[in-house]
Amino acid sequence: MSIVRRSVNPHFSPQRIWGLTIRYVYLLRGSWPRILEMAYWPTVQVFLWGFITQFFAQHSNYIAQAFGVLLSAVLLWDVLFRGQLGVSISFLEEMWSRNLGHLFVAPLRPLELVAALCFMSLLRTLLGVVPATFMAWLFYHYSVYDLGLPLLAFFINLLVMGWAVGIAISGLVLRFGLGAESLAWLVIFALAPISGIYYPIAVLPEWLQGVAFCLPSAHVFEGMRAVLIEGRFDADMMLRAIALNLLYLSIGCGVFLWCFRLARRHALLLQIGE
Amino acid sequence: MTEIAIRVAGLRKDFGPVRAVDDVAFEVAAGGVTALLGGNGAGKTTTIGMLLGLVLPTAGRIEVLGANMLRHRERVLPRLNFSSPYVDLPHRLSVRQNLTVYAHLYGLRRIAARVQLVSREMELDEFLDRSTGSLSAGQKTRVALAKALINEPDLLLLDEPTASLDPDTADWVRRYLQAYQQRTGATILLASHNMQEVERLADDVIMLRRGQIVDQGAPGALIERYGRADLEEVFLDIARGTGLAARAAE
Repeated sequence: MSIVRRSVNPHFSPQRIWGLTIRYVYLLRGSWPRILEMAYWPTVQVFLWGFITQFFAQHSNYIAQAFGVLLSAVLLWDVLFRGQLGVSISFLEEMWSRNLGHLFVAPLRPLELVAALCFMSLLRTLLGVVPATFMAWLFYHYSVYDLGLPLLAFFINLLVMGWAVGIAISGLVLRFGLGAESLAWLVIFALAPISGIYYPIAVLPEWLQGVAFCLPSAHVFEGMRAVLIEGRFDADMMLRAIALNLLYLSIGCGVFLWCFRLARRHALLLQIGE
Repeated sequence: MTEIAIRVAGLRKDFGPVRAVDDVAFEVAAGGVTALLGGNGAGKTTTIGMLLGLVLPTAGRIEVLGANMLRHRERVLPRLNFSSPYVDLPHRLSVRQNLTVYAHLYGLRRIAARVQLVSREMELDEFLDRSTGSLSAGQKTRVALAKALINEPDLLLLDEPTASLDPDTADWVRRYLQAYQQRTGATILLASHNMQEVERLADDVIMLRRGQIVDQGAPGALIERYGRADLEEVFLDIARGTGLAARAAE
């Protein structure tokens, strides 16, 4: 049997996606600081907000109703943040290593690269957030898994929103070069105040509430509070979050493909580097 | 009839007001070695980038291995590969890991065996598990070449394949390329401004100056036509606009 296969799948290829995924796993496996870094911030956040929660538990009726609101919020916020960063950082690795030219001379389609980035983002998010959930259980006797099945819906929605933002940012970095790299760390934080992570959307000015509900994250965090405080799962909220995520994921992929085309027009795939 | 591996017509690339490639047309015969020869800024790398589909042309047609590269590049990419000193492989990955990743991207089977075989041919066995970034320039060039050969391409595009190599390593690379071409019958297009390399490897030379083709022919025929001792003198005539190049311009 020949090693070199002549008819390579011209369409979406799981083997090519897997090939890229192991490229990022190799990188991760060979660098313990990168692995530690992933778990570092979620763990720090859990400690910080754990103490704040303990304080409010003694002083606030609202928090007393649901001890886990803040801890759940901080863990879910990290899913969104890690989801976006997981896509952007893996893409930046290609830019830093000046490897894009080789990648796109191979029969790799841009959307296969995007799929590999998303899969890697899932792995990075799980590696980062899961240890923090155990810390929360160990030190504060709070298990985010008590949210039950709704937790899966919250996780998936926040992860996909992170992907959408990360994919769009990767496209912009491809088009505008590593000078735009800081977008990878900044953009998601701009969405935090209107995502209602630590407070209900009703706290925001009325005009801003409309803007907030354009974000899947606002629906997720409202849904989380509904489960924790009122003990009910708001399916409508989740359906709206899913619909918005589909829209934003399409926009993110569209931005990436548009920037990829511009990068080919401006010969950036041959020039990009540190 | 000679089979054509690359057919280019009316190829043009503008970067704003700068015309990097200007109405270029040429054909590359299958199963031979063709060189794009020109000084810095002559348009060699941009032309190779357009042939690979990494750069979109402003105008023109490109046909590679029978496929329109502007519309159906994915059909022929599995049969191509390339190497360039301007595009790196990830430094933090080991040689084996880099080759494994690309073997997957090219859809190969029995990947470990293929990686082993290519590394043996490139004399990389002892470096296989070292990080690519820790290798010397010559070793990195051999790794890049191993990556370029991982799918045993029918068409190999090489941008300055021996740039920054010592004479011994450069000679090794040239001997290997000759042997590979003869063994597989592959087509090789190389961009270079190393005259000895071009004279030794190429059956056909395309001379580029300021984005335009100024001459084309076998190295011996060009030397004879310009009445010079070697290709380097021909190149200098063309680059400086002296000798036959000056008379042709008049």
